[in-house]
Amino acid sequence: MILSVLSSFALVSGLMVVRAKNPVHSVLFFILVFCNTSGLLILLGLDFFAMIFLVVYIGAIAVLFLFVVMMFNIQIAEIHEEVLRYLPVSGIIGLIFWWEMFFILDNETIPLLPTHRNTTSLRYMVYAEKVQSWTNLETLGNLLYTHYFVWFLVSSLILLVAMIGAIVLTMHRTTRVKRQDIFRKNALDSRRIIMKEDGRDLSRREAYIYNEYISFGSPRVSGFETSGGALECSLD
Amino acid sequence: MIIDTTEVQTINSFSTSGFFKEVYGLIWIIPILTLILEITIGVLVIVWLEREISAAIQQRIGPEYAGPLGILQAIADGTKLLLKEDLLPSRGDIRLFSVGPSIAVISVLLSYLVIPFGYRLVLADLGIGVFLWIAISSIAPIGLLMSGYGSNNKYSFSGGLRAAAQSISYEIPLTLCVLSISLRVILQVQLIVEAQSKYGFWGWNLWRQPIGFLVFLISSLAECERLPFDLPEAEEELVAGYQTEYSGIKYALFYLASYLNLLVSSLFVTVLYLGGWNFSIPYIPIPELFRINQMAGIFGMTIDIFITLAKAYLFLFISITTRWTLPRMRIDQLLNLGWKFLLPISLGNLLLTTSSQLVSL
Repeated sequence: MILSVLSSFALVSGLMVVRAKNPVHSVLFFILVFCNTSGLLILLGLDFFAMIFLVVYIGAIAVLFLFVVMMFNIQIAEIHEEVLRYLPVSGIIGLIFWWEMFFILDNETIPLLPTHRNTTSLRYMVYAEKVQSWTNLETLGNLLYTHYFVWFLVSSLILLVAMIGAIVLTMHRTTRVKRQDIFRKNALDSRRIIMKEDGRDLSRREAYIYNEYISFGSPRVSGFETSGGALECSLD
Repeated sequence: MIIDTTEVQTINSFSTSGFFKEVYGLIWIIPILTLILEITIGVLVIVWLEREISAAIQQRIGPEYAGPLGILQAIADGTKLLLKEDLLPSRGDIRLFSVGPSIAVISVLLSYLVIPFGYRLVLADLGIGVFLWIAISSIAPIGLLMSGYGSNNKYSFSGGLRAAAQSISYEIPLTLCVLSISLRVILQVQLIVEAQSKYGFWGWNLWRQPIGFLVFLISSLAECERLPFDLPEAEEELVAGYQTEYSGIKYALFYLASYLNLLVSSLFVTVLYLGGWNFSIPYIPIPELFRINQMAGIFGMTIDIFITLAKAYLFLFISITTRWTLPRMRIDQLLNLGWKFLLPISLGNLLLTTSSQLVSL
């Protein structure tokens, strides 16, 4: 029963990823697909992989998708979009998908298929598990670090390339850009940093009042007025 | 409690007798409800503790009107929040707004499944053990993002993004510290605790992994979003971050999730680093005490639970004192600390642990 619940939720969520109008809802249904798939993995007995699904897919990839979708102003999809013009190509792809699924699935487990044979279900007790059973993690480590270590190292190199790619795309060129710590500069010499709106530097009185603002929150000198409005910082 | 169930496997997963397996499984309701009751009482105690300790630090008297010594203050707060009006933002996404706090609470409550309170007193003695906590705490940022986005408020949204960024940044040093411990034994919690039981408190993982302990302490404080990593709920910068638009029981759920997270982090610190339910005073020449520990008698179980909670109190005291002592960090300082400081240090800790395996310490 749990199998039916999880798999039907996964299928419905997968459908709703495509059909949801709000892209944030779409990504959240995507997360639901992963949750249900991780439950299916637990049913298969692959507990470590289920947790890895939660950590990697939901905790990293889906959060990344959510950041992108939430921060960019993606318009909500139009309701009156013409769906029918996608029907020929998508119909062919859907039929190919169904054909592949019929090849993979075991005929016994789906009683509604026309090729279902009348079989009785077998029950057996797994005695080997009671003697000595390796956890998923142990079996994975036993193979991944000994026989297939090359593939492990290659996958770490692929991740390194991805990281370097991200840094290269987003790094400023630090040779030409002069950077400065504006807070430190302001603390040291605020008269030369702050300039008024019409381009004048602060006079001594205005610098004193600015310092009062910074330190105490309000000027204690009476009769203060700003001529021309706000103070602006200058980067020199 | 570990109830031995025989493993009966069927080839045809659509068989009709699958229903009976789940009926027998309903007996698990009793331990689960017991644990939920314990956790709720634990949260009430922590709320009271926080107010008393913060009052002591700030040299004032804590709650004193609700019950003797203010013990019922947490219940009074909970009742007040329960009876408040449930506001919904008019143009926010109502479904996301409502589901957000629930996801944060659910992910924290599920982590209590793998905490051993005593010898064979785990709700689910999984092979993956502690990794369940790490995996499920990765779902919490989704709840924060949903509640920040559904509030239709740019400060809540910004707070939700920052909270999610903070959560995912500090998961990695946390995972690496747990990995360093589990290199010695597997991730199964019983084995981790039993590996620390040999020499009293000199056998704690704290001495074997001191750097890992400090990194775990800081990362779990950051995961719980407590000060000094409090920026998502900062009062000055973001009003209340992603919790701004919430009132009533949904706000109580966030409050509850925060303290539940604190409790589960402190319990994991005791299990992983402080020796769990072992009676850690070494060389006590009273053999009956050790035999009682191993027996599943009621007295032994009570002592084990008491020891676990007493050790968890140490971390709770440290984190509550830290909250009321240190100032808040800025978001870029926070993320710097997570990625550029704690991550290399925890990687170095992993390297040290693996290289010391060669010397077989």
